[in-house]
Formats: sequence, C-alpha cells, structure tokens
Amino acid sequence: MTMKTLKTLTAATLASLVAPAAYAEGIDAKVNEAFAAATGPFVSFIFAPLPGTTSFPWIVLWLVVAASVFTVYFGAVQFRFFSHAIRLVKGDYSDPNDAGEVSHFQALTTALSGTVGLGNIAGVAVAVGIGGPGATFWMILAGLLGMASKFTECTLGVKYRNEYEDGTVSGGPMYYISKGFRELGLPGGKALAVLFSIFCILGAFGGGNMFQANQAHAQITGIVGDYPGWITGVIFAGIVFAVIVGGIKSIANVTEKIVPLMGILYVGAALIILIVNYDKIGWAFGQIFAGAFTGLGVAGGMVGALIQGFKRAAFSNEAGVGSAAIAHSAVKTKEPITEGFVSLLEPLIDTVVICTMTALVIVISQQLMIDEATGQYMLNEAGSAIATIDGNTGVALTSAAFGSSISWFPYVLAIAVILFAFSTMISWSYYGLKAWTYLFGEGKLPELVFKLLFCVFIVIGAAASLGPVIDFSDAAIFAMAVVNIFALYFLMKLVRKELNSYATRLESGEIKSFAH
Amino acid sequence: MTVRITVGLDGTETGERALSFARDLASRIEACELIVAYVIEWSPFTFQTAEENDKRHKRREEEIQIATSRVVSPAVKALTDAGFNAKGVVQHGDVAETLNRITTEHGASQIIVGRVSNDGFTKRIFGSSTQNLVMHADVPVTVVG
Repeated sequence: MTMKTLKTLTAATLASLVAPAAYAEGIDAKVNEAFAAATGPFVSFIFAPLPGTTSFPWIVLWLVVAASVFTVYFGAVQFRFFSHAIRLVKGDYSDPNDAGEVSHFQALTTALSGTVGLGNIAGVAVAVGIGGPGATFWMILAGLLGMASKFTECTLGVKYRNEYEDGTVSGGPMYYISKGFRELGLPGGKALAVLFSIFCILGAFGGGNMFQANQAHAQITGIVGDYPGWITGVIFAGIVFAVIVGGIKSIANVTEKIVPLMGILYVGAALIILIVNYDKIGWAFGQIFAGAFTGLGVAGGMVGALIQGFKRAAFSNEAGVGSAAIAHSAVKTKEPITEGFVSLLEPLIDTVVICTMTALVIVISQQLMIDEATGQYMLNEAGSAIATIDGNTGVALTSAAFGSSISWFPYVLAIAVILFAFSTMISWSYYGLKAWTYLFGEGKLPELVFKLLFCVFIVIGAAASLGPVIDFSDAAIFAMAVVNIFALYFLMKLVRKELNSYATRLESGEIKSFAH
Repeated sequence: MTVRITVGLDGTETGERALSFARDLASRIEACELIVAYVIEWSPFTFQTAEENDKRHKRREEEIQIATSRVVSPAVKALTDAGFNAKGVVQHGDVAETLNRITTEHGASQIIVGRVSNDGFTKRIFGSSTQNLVMHADVPVTVVG
C-alpha cells in the first residue's frame, strides 16, 4: 500500500509540475470559493455577536464564564493542587506494580502534542496582530482560568471511558455525557453526545487538519517560493494516509520524538531573544498591560484585544473543548481525578508559557508598527489589523519576529511548524476517529471512510486561503465547546464528589506517595 | 529460616549461566527460595501517540505473558522439578531499580545476574543495567560472566 501511495504521490507531484500554473491556481481558487460558501452560515452562527453589541461573539463569553465558574466551583483547584499535579507527573504517586501502563507523563505529553502547535505560533501572531500586545494579557488570564475547565473534563474523561474486552479504551465527552447524564437520571445525554461527536468530527477536519495544512503550506512557500497549495495538500495527505491507514508507525513515532524537542528548542530560542533584549522586557509588559485595558489604538480597542486573547487561548489550549478528555482517557489509574490534576498543567504549559513567549518575541522585536507621535499602534490599509513591517500575518509574523534576532531561526521554525502541523493532524485524526466510531460503531470500514475523508480535507485545507479556513476551524472547535461545557455544568457535581473524597484521603495519608 | 535469592533473567545465555550458578548456590543452603525475576525495560517518561496509549494496557499484558511463558515459567518449572523452591516475577520498569525493588519486597538477601553488555553508545553514556545494579543495589550482587 505504501509503495502505491508513494507512486500516486510522485505522479501527482510530477503532474503539477507540468500542469500550467494558471490551471493550478484555478483549482485553489475554486476550492476556496466553494469552501467559503459551504461553511459561511455555520461560522456566522458560532461567531454571532451578543445581543446589543456589534462585535463581541457570544462564544467567547461562553468559554470565559465556564472557566470562571469551574475555577470558583472547585475552589481554585488549579492553584491548590498545582504542586500535587507536578508530583503526579513525576510519578511520585504511581504504584511501581502498575509500571508498564500509560503513565501520567505520557498522557500529558500526548495531549500536549495535540495542542502545542500552530495555535502557539500562528494563532498568537493572529491575536497580537489584530488585538495588539494587550491580547496577551487576556490570553494568559484565559489560560489560567482554562486550567479548571481542563481539570473538569479530563477527570470525567477517565471516569466514564469505555474499556473493552481486548484491553483497549475509548473515552471522551461523548462517553461521559451519555453515561454521566444516565447516572444523574437526566434526559438527553445520548442526543448531546451525538451532537458533540458531530462537532468533534468537524473540529478534527477544521482546526485539527485544514488549519494545520494551510499554515504548513504558507511556511513552505515562504522558503521555496509560491506554488499551488493543493500540491502541499496532496503530499501531506499522502504521508498522513501512510500513517493512519497504512499503519506506518515509524513516521508517527519519529514525529512524537522530535516534536517535544522542537517545543523545547522553540521556547529556548524565545528565551534567548528575551535575554538579549532584556532591556525591553519591562517595556513589552508595559505594552501588554496598557494594551489590555486601552487597546492602544487597535481595531475594537480594549474589547478587541480581549476577544482576540480569549479566542486564541481557547483555540490553542482547547480547554472546555473536550478534545483533551479523549487523549487523557487512556491512563490506567484507580483515581480518575489524578488525570484531571495532571491535565490542568496543559493550558499552563501551552498558553501561559509557550503562547506568552511568542507574544513577547513579537512585541519586543517591534514588528508591529507604532505611531511615534501618539504611541498608538498603526492600522493596516483595511483597518482590520495592526500594520506590520513587511505586512506579515500569522506564522510569517512570528517567523519575522524570531528572524530579526536570530537570522537562521525561520528555517528551524519552518521545520517546527511542519512537524507541529503533522503531529497535530495525527492527534486530531485520533480524536475525530473516536467521535466517528461513537456514531458509526467500531469496525474496519467506518474507520477507513473517516480516515480517507480526513486526508481529503488536508488537500482542501492547504488549497484554501487563510481567512475561510481559520473561521471554519475556530467555529468547529468552539461548537464542540458549546455542547461540552453545557454538559459539564450538569456533570461538575460528580467531579466535586471525587475531588472532596480525594482531598480528604490525601490529607489523611490514605493516598500514599511511592517516592523515596 | 529461608534464605531468598533473586536471579535476574534476560532471556539470554548469560542469564542461563546466572541461573545455574544460583542453583548451585541454593543446593548448598538448607532452606532456600529462588526468586526468578524478569524485568521488561520500560520508562514512564517516553513520548507516545494517542493510539499507542489506548492500546498500552493490552500490550503490557502481552509483554508480561510472553516473558512469563518464554523465560520465567520454564525456568521456574525446571527448578521445581529439580526439587528447588522457586517463584517467578515479571515486571516493567528500569532494570536495575526494579530488580532491587523486587529483592527488597521479597526479603531476598542477594541478587545474581548475568553480565549483560548493551553495546557502544548507550553503554558509554548510561552504563549497563548490570553496572547500575551493582552500584545501587541494597543487597550484595553477584555478576556471573
């Protein structure tokens, strides 16, 4: 099958080289047009403004209110149990007799490799590019609050997963919604679970796939020059196909090993840039705080900064979306809540640390143009975003920011982006598949249909332009959050029961540390 | 009082030599129990895909089953057939650490292992499992060459 795939790939690439450029461009334009038309109504519904306002999407409020409610309801669990979470990841509470099962560390890093990616590199650039440095402040706040959402959903994910006779597991919101509602005697659990699964599949096709393919293509053209997006799409689709259909595990394994290194390298490079520009760090934070409350001239002012910050934080760390609950549910633990504690580190690492690094580098490298006279940011011609030195947006803006201090870093970043995109796609193909099998049952044929569709969307994503892709990706992922959070409000009392019981046993010494 | 001795097997020939040395030793002690241990090298700090994670439990069972049926059970059977008191243990973990833990948990007073040499690069950086065991074990270790 692999050889066949390779041959098809080669043929496609060769065909593209001989095809007239205009014809190739035509395919991209058609894909783009059809895609924007097909997704428009869905996108408008999800991002509809709150009544009485013109620009505040209700969905942003939905996420922030939920994260705040969970933070209060669980008594700031993300701060109270922070050090306990670290000890769990270190394995201090893991029974050595259970060695060989999925560890807390492995579940955390698997979930992280699904979230750390383009959201941290391109998404932050979009947020800061439109909402100004102030967006960073709101992003960090959303990250800190989001830790409580993540805690809630991942605890439930482990508690209500399905364990099959052959030893494999399936978990996630669709399982905890249907089982949890039944346990509480509430109606409609199954319907909500089905709705969630539908949105999860769309999310897998959108943010987990098309957005990744799109930005990977942008990154490659930035280096080798412009060429039609569908070619990148076909190549990516071929590799993903080889992994998820052909079962070529080695590709996935190699990526899983390189991606964490790339993440460390990325944060390391950001730190170096910050150290070199240490004299500007104070100024950058000043911009972030001032921008958070005044907007410093960005489109939409303070509210614009807030919306961008919250939106991109949610898109990056996926707290409240429910995807992480699918990834975390594989952990073998007697205490489902321990996985909740571990998962709350995710938004911290993803948003509070990595996203903030990106934002600081963009601000410090002064890619965003400031009007010297007023100290306010200058808008681009359309008035929709802040003008940048080279007119860059998205991942190109981050690349330029890093490149201004470390000239060769854009090349490393390009490789990182491609790898991140690839690993996020593999993760989301799994999330989407779990939702798909929940709807259509486990079995070879339904799984193959999903995997093939997944590959088709990679090509569409790479060919479409950023605007419609980012809108659809956001809309699909936030639609998951609509259903998931609605259900979490009903299910959170189950989590509190677990939390109280665990906290009491931890205090009494019944839950012992195995660390020496 | 029963003297307990841990024998670390790795499914290779040196493991067999360790076993026959332990047998010899046990035959000289009046009441002796041999703990035949096999450790499946595993670390909780590796990076996995979601799919690997959801099949992990199944894989673990398979790994334990293979180690038990191919290495540990035959060794235990041969020992009991020859009149020795023996029991088998299969666990995942860091080889040196886990052998030491199995030993203390069973109240054994020494460990016998074969001289394993994982080659080249890894050995240069991390040393071999045997070296680690000799350095960190809580009881005397005999390395059979």
